[in-house]
Amino acid sequence: MPTLKQLAKREEHFVSGHRLCGGCGAGLVARMVMLAIEKPVIVGNATGCLEVASTIFPYSAWNVPWIHSAFENVAATVSGIEAAYRSLKRQGKIDKDIVFVALGGDGGTYDIGLQSLSGAAERGHKILYVCYNNEAYMNTGIQRSSATPRAAHTTTSPLGKVIPGKVQFPKDLPSIMVAHNIPYVATSIPGRWNDLVNKVEKAVTFDGFTFIDVLTPCRLGWPHEPELTMEISRLAVETCIWPLYEVVEGKYRLTYRPKEKKPVVEWFKPQRRFAHLFKPENQQLLEDIQKEIDKRWESLLKKCEG
Amino acid sequence: MKVARTGNEAFAEAMRQINPDVVAAYPITPATEIVQIFSQFVADGLVKTEFVAVESEHSAMSACIGASASGVRAMTGTSSQGLALMWEMLYIAAGLRLPIIMSVVNRTLSSPINIHCDHSDTIGARDSGWIQLFSENVQEAYDNLIQAVRIAEHPDVKLPVMATTDGFILSHCLETMDMLLDEDVQAFVGEPPERPNLIKSVKDGKPITLGALDLQDYYFEHKRQSAEGMFNAKKVIPEIGKEFGQKFGRTYTFFEEYRMDDAEAVVIVMGSTTGTAKDVVDVMREEGKKIGILKLRVYRPFPAEELARVLKGKKAIGVMDRAEGMSATTGPVYPDICAALYDIPEGRPLLLDYIYGLGGRDVTKEDIRYICEEILKTADTGKKDYTLKYVGVRE
Repeated sequence: MPTLKQLAKREEHFVSGHRLCGGCGAGLVARMVMLAIEKPVIVGNATGCLEVASTIFPYSAWNVPWIHSAFENVAATVSGIEAAYRSLKRQGKIDKDIVFVALGGDGGTYDIGLQSLSGAAERGHKILYVCYNNEAYMNTGIQRSSATPRAAHTTTSPLGKVIPGKVQFPKDLPSIMVAHNIPYVATSIPGRWNDLVNKVEKAVTFDGFTFIDVLTPCRLGWPHEPELTMEISRLAVETCIWPLYEVVEGKYRLTYRPKEKKPVVEWFKPQRRFAHLFKPENQQLLEDIQKEIDKRWESLLKKCEG
Repeated sequence: MKVARTGNEAFAEAMRQINPDVVAAYPITPATEIVQIFSQFVADGLVKTEFVAVESEHSAMSACIGASASGVRAMTGTSSQGLALMWEMLYIAAGLRLPIIMSVVNRTLSSPINIHCDHSDTIGARDSGWIQLFSENVQEAYDNLIQAVRIAEHPDVKLPVMATTDGFILSHCLETMDMLLDEDVQAFVGEPPERPNLIKSVKDGKPITLGALDLQDYYFEHKRQSAEGMFNAKKVIPEIGKEFGQKFGRTYTFFEEYRMDDAEAVVIVMGSTTGTAKDVVDVMREEGKKIGILKLRVYRPFPAEELARVLKGKKAIGVMDRAEGMSATTGPVYPDICAALYDIPEGRPLLLDYIYGLGGRDVTKEDIRYICEEILKTADTGKKDYTLKYVGVRE
């Protein structure tokens, strides 16, 4: 595990000049993930904010080989790159070790890209897949995804007179990935750089498909003040909405335990997508959400103990 | 070497001889056997190929894109709904200028669901930037797939190529064919020419970005460059076809003219129906009827000027369209031929269209004879009574 000082001295693979928003979590996640990998790396990117804002021709913020082909298929695209590498290696045409990374938002990962993700995981390609999960389709203008939290206002799960934001709780994608029996699954946030860097470093040591789901604040979609990105991601952990854990060869381990579990409202407060939850008529909804978060937290703790 | 092979077997054997670095594929009737046979070659260690048994055709083309963008030779095969599911990625493969090779077994598109031949799948992908080669028989399918490698990878082209057979009619039909020696195929296809690619950029330490966002200020130039690749393919396809002929005795170009010399009437046809049509025309020629066949082998790029050159002066032409383009005018090949003929200054032939054989409907000698007689009648009278007829359908 490198120190912050050591990390700062490493060559940047995701560099300045991109056109992501000020305070965007995705850029921070990309930068940290890339800093954590010291070996030669090839990156695939699903269509999304990170892709469109980092490679506006003729510019690129990627200081490593990088490809984008479409929205729902980054896992399959990188599968093809990894297969080409395997073939070349077998033929003795390359001896370098190369790390393969796929990056996608929650739209490209939880929803439209789920099939391709599942296929690549099942086939066991040696790929690290990092989902920068900002809990909605931000690139197209904040539409709900299956990662969007209950009650969040998005442009397709709007706050209305009858329906108070998104009706469903988010899909538990890490569990789905664990069910693929891949060697490594983890959650992380940009607000704990050491957690994220450590997990990326660890993930790329496994000989197989690995997956990290990174809760990534979106200052336009959640929306929040741009200087709060790191803090809000930490609040999600402190409220147990987004626990930090890893699953190594099927074995769960909590990688951070909040000293004192904060109520979910603490996480809702700085985000305007949840503002309506503080109205008296939504009191019951707020309680229901707290109850569900408690249940999911307890269930995770059991998995970690077992 | 003379052997008996089905269309699917011939495609699989050609793939084995080409020996690509990566194959990513998903099964679909009637193309399933191609990758099934090929995966046995992989399991038996007969090829160096990394075989990726993907979970869909969309992922098959996506993985081929990843592989080809890594500088290696990538191949796949599909049909019908599979090709339709790939549709998004077909454009991306071409736009990224990746020389991916695909065998396509022509099968109609749902709905209604049907597993048999027509050309609606391949023709549906005609604007995607893929070069499209149609095959009359198993021999041509085999020859086309081998030539496809050279065409796609030619530095002036750098576009993906699909070589097609007709579903069941060729894919499952056993025919005698001349199979080349492995070393001759290897020598003909050679090593892929080096292109800028992801793995090379790791080796060189000079990172590249592929698939960047291309807005109003650059998209048009890049699309224009892709189009230039397609224009260049018109030069390259006959060159490769000629070289193939010099080496192996079978020369190819955009189309084949059959008994066209003094023909006043011409039937234009693609794929397996050509064989039956040749039989019909042979009989009619003996009867003194001046009819010939133009078999279109290359549908994209479309050889418009070349067609105009040989069709000029003919009195009447009938296009056999094995797809319903749903345009409420004619089938899809007709407008292409029409456009090719339009600039002939004088002596422009009359043009008729016949939609036939949809969903595998058998096309008989009688059907083709009827079409030929209609074209001849039009040539004789110098007047056409209609533009489109459906042949072989109850209506």
